[in-house]
Amino acid sequence: MLKNTRWANLLIQLAAVLMALLLTTLIMLAADAPPLEAYANIIKGSFGSLDRISKVLLSWIPLLLTTAGLLITFSTGLWNIGVEGQIVLGAIATTWVLRLFQDSAIAPGWIIFLSILAGMIGGAIWASLAGALKTFGGVNEIFGGLGLNFVATALTLWLIFGPWKRPGVGSMSGTQPFPEELWLPQIPDYDLSYWALGLAIASIVAVYFLLQGTYFGLRLKAVGKNFRAAHLLGIPTWQHMMAAFFLCGIFAGAAGAMQVTAVYHRLIPSISSGYGYLGLLVAMLVNYQAIWAAPVALFYAALNIGSIQLPIVLKMDSSLSGVLQGMLVLFVLMVEGIRQRYLRRT
Amino acid sequence: MKVELKAIHKSFGTVHANNNINLAIQAGTIQGILGENGAGKSTLMKVLSGFIQEDEGKILLDGKPISVRSPADAIQHGIGMLHQDPLDFPPMRIIDNFIVGREGGVFPNKKEARKDFIKLANEFDFALDPESYVDSLTVGERQQLEILRLLWLGVRVLILDEPTTGISALQKEKLFATLKTLAKQGKTIIFVSHKLEDVEQLCNQVAVLRQGILVGEADAPFEIDKLVEMMFSKVISVEAKQPCPFGNSALSLHNFVVEDYRLRLESVDLTLRAGEVIGLAGMEGSGQRPFLRACAGLLRPTQGKVIVGEKDLTGKPYLAYKNHGVGFLPASRLEEGLIPGLSLTEHFILAEKGQGMFIDRERWERETKERITSFNIRGTPLSPVEALSGGNQQRALLALLNSPLSLILLEHPTRGLDIESVIYIWGKLKERCRQGTAIIFVSADLEEILQYSDRVLVFFSGRVSPPLDASATSVEQLGQLIGGKGWAEKFEQQGDVYA
Ligand SMILES: Nc1ncnc2c1ncn2[C@@H]1O[C@H](COP(=O)(O)OP(=O)(O)OP(=O)(O)O)[C@@H](O)[C@H]1O
Ligand SMILES: [Mg+2]
Repeated sequence: MLKNTRWANLLIQLAAVLMALLLTTLIMLAADAPPLEAYANIIKGSFGSLDRISKVLLSWIPLLLTTAGLLITFSTGLWNIGVEGQIVLGAIATTWVLRLFQDSAIAPGWIIFLSILAGMIGGAIWASLAGALKTFGGVNEIFGGLGLNFVATALTLWLIFGPWKRPGVGSMSGTQPFPEELWLPQIPDYDLSYWALGLAIASIVAVYFLLQGTYFGLRLKAVGKNFRAAHLLGIPTWQHMMAAFFLCGIFAGAAGAMQVTAVYHRLIPSISSGYGYLGLLVAMLVNYQAIWAAPVALFYAALNIGSIQLPIVLKMDSSLSGVLQGMLVLFVLMVEGIRQRYLRRT
Repeated sequence: MKVELKAIHKSFGTVHANNNINLAIQAGTIQGILGENGAGKSTLMKVLSGFIQEDEGKILLDGKPISVRSPADAIQHGIGMLHQDPLDFPPMRIIDNFIVGREGGVFPNKKEARKDFIKLANEFDFALDPESYVDSLTVGERQQLEILRLLWLGVRVLILDEPTTGISALQKEKLFATLKTLAKQGKTIIFVSHKLEDVEQLCNQVAVLRQGILVGEADAPFEIDKLVEMMFSKVISVEAKQPCPFGNSALSLHNFVVEDYRLRLESVDLTLRAGEVIGLAGMEGSGQRPFLRACAGLLRPTQGKVIVGEKDLTGKPYLAYKNHGVGFLPASRLEEGLIPGLSLTEHFILAEKGQGMFIDRERWERETKERITSFNIRGTPLSPVEALSGGNQQRALLALLNSPLSLILLEHPTRGLDIESVIYIWGKLKERCRQGTAIIFVSADLEEILQYSDRVLVFFSGRVSPPLDASATSVEQLGQLIGGKGWAEKFEQQGDVYA
């Protein structure tokens, strides 16, 4: 019986994916683009060579970190739209510590370690701001988060063109890159860093256990599902909400730190690369289940990287992957909604 | 309209909630549905009103088979249901809630609706302000709103799933009179209840369900004992009152004044001793709810002191009360009491405090099994709470109360429970009393109040009576008092404040 429904679920999800592909294909046909070639290019562009695979993994790292954090806030019933800003603040704090110590005598390993820690704290503080606005100011976390995202972007630009500008004149290409010894160690010949990969995988595993196996995780879920009942059961509700924000901020901040130490090696204007919003999509797509987050995030990262080829090879815009990514979420949510309605009836 | 149910089957997993139910209800009659908790009454009613779909069977209206795929379908056919746990949309104005679900245009005619609403509300003497918010209403008032809404939608078959649990005796009389009028107009009324006296007063015939099977039918006048035997397959009797010895003060209130947005209660001085039970009587909305919530620390009294045991907890938050052994049980089960989506086991885990890091699921499942047995809950450790029948949700709530507790505060503790369970649950509560727990409870059922409490406080539009000795008060007297009559005579000796 149970098995049956599980298979049915899987089939339904598969149908949603097919529908999303179909619609994307139709859009391409309408735009006179060759769909099959486009898909082939995306696949080749993401898994065609070791180099491409390493790029996919590199993009997977911040996305997975962000999703891990968002699973916590979603479980607590919070829409942490401010996650973008939390990534940005993580990146800013990391850059700040790197700049602070780059000319000091401290060993580079320690500087990197401290800078990542700072990134986590930066993200956590930014998330706590959204949380505080909600719990003490009564500002819905969606609005608070959006506002804080704007502030974070503005802050980045101000730093890049102001206090942290490159020698001479500030540039959209960001701050002066850090020397190689301040990069997270990479696999020779590839951009990928084992350290970053390890951190991302450890994070999602930790979040899985936090939500599935601990008292704290269960209390977060209780607060998310029924705030008033949780209060009456004796769970300190606002403290748990703040904790959820804080934890999510740590993971988002870590994602920002990875963007600086493992990807760009400097602060750039769009340092978050939209991983916050993409993380929201992934979290929704996996229905807030940690166990599915890793493969789905990988798939999304592959779409991201694969579509970079499109403009070069097919003269198509790479935003096609965005269309597919968004379409997937819409269809999966829609199918899920229909299934729920059907279930309630039977 | 004549309603016929033919060979209705409905299963949830392994539970056969409706097993081959055949029932014909003539137009213009009031059909009672009886049965113990979890017998399948709500399931059958939900099938009829389109909330769930039957596995097998047919529904006929005036001899014609109809297909009811959704509540909206049912309304189209003139079938409307008032749910056991009123469905509503909390952060809305009453008037908007009233209009929701009505066909017709993007812009509903609010003025007309408002007029209709006021007219209907007056007809039943429901004191509902169309501009106030639904989430400020008590359970009883939400039921009233839902009744009005369905009547306004023009239903011809009206299903009421335990409608009398939250409303006052006066309102009940009004409701019954209306239901009788509606039946005379040819409407069909289906009335689900645990209260035999309600069924006796109101219904033309009853059907009794037990474990999903229709075990018998009877026409008025009914033999109550026979019905009880059909429901439980045994004879049930209420045991005689056994007062237990009182201990030290468990709760004392000094010059205690409580206020909510519509009512300010007069000041109360009261000492409740360990082992004692106090019942709060009064019509819905007379102030029992804020009073009880203030005793639990959920509402801050405007004046005065609250002392729990020896400790002054005035102005402290709810958690401080909870840590000092105060347990609170809310009336709205699925909104405040339980967490839909979580299982029984998860609820028991959450209710326990002071734990480590990782959950030992196996241990907790064993623990939950024990509690399920000891509270006689129909369900499994992994059942999500929303899959339990109303009465079983109530038992789960009671099973969630920690022990030991020095004070238990209960809003409608036996709302929706069948007679056997009421006796059982009070047995459990009295056992706690013997171990030194004091209890304050609110109930709309005056007999329950007199049966189980030692003293009674009567609430009437902001007034709070001095404690009455329950054994020296009759149901009739109490009924008068909650309506505001006879205060002067009864409380003469306390001075003429109550004239
Ligand atoms: N959605 C559901 N999923 C699983 N089981 C369910 C569901 N709804 C009801 N049940 C089970 O079906 C049985 C009948 O439930 P129902 O709600 O009809 O009882 P009831 O007669 O209305 O009881 P009560 O007087 O307690 O309200 C119960 O054992 C209940 O646990
Ligand atoms: Mg029921």
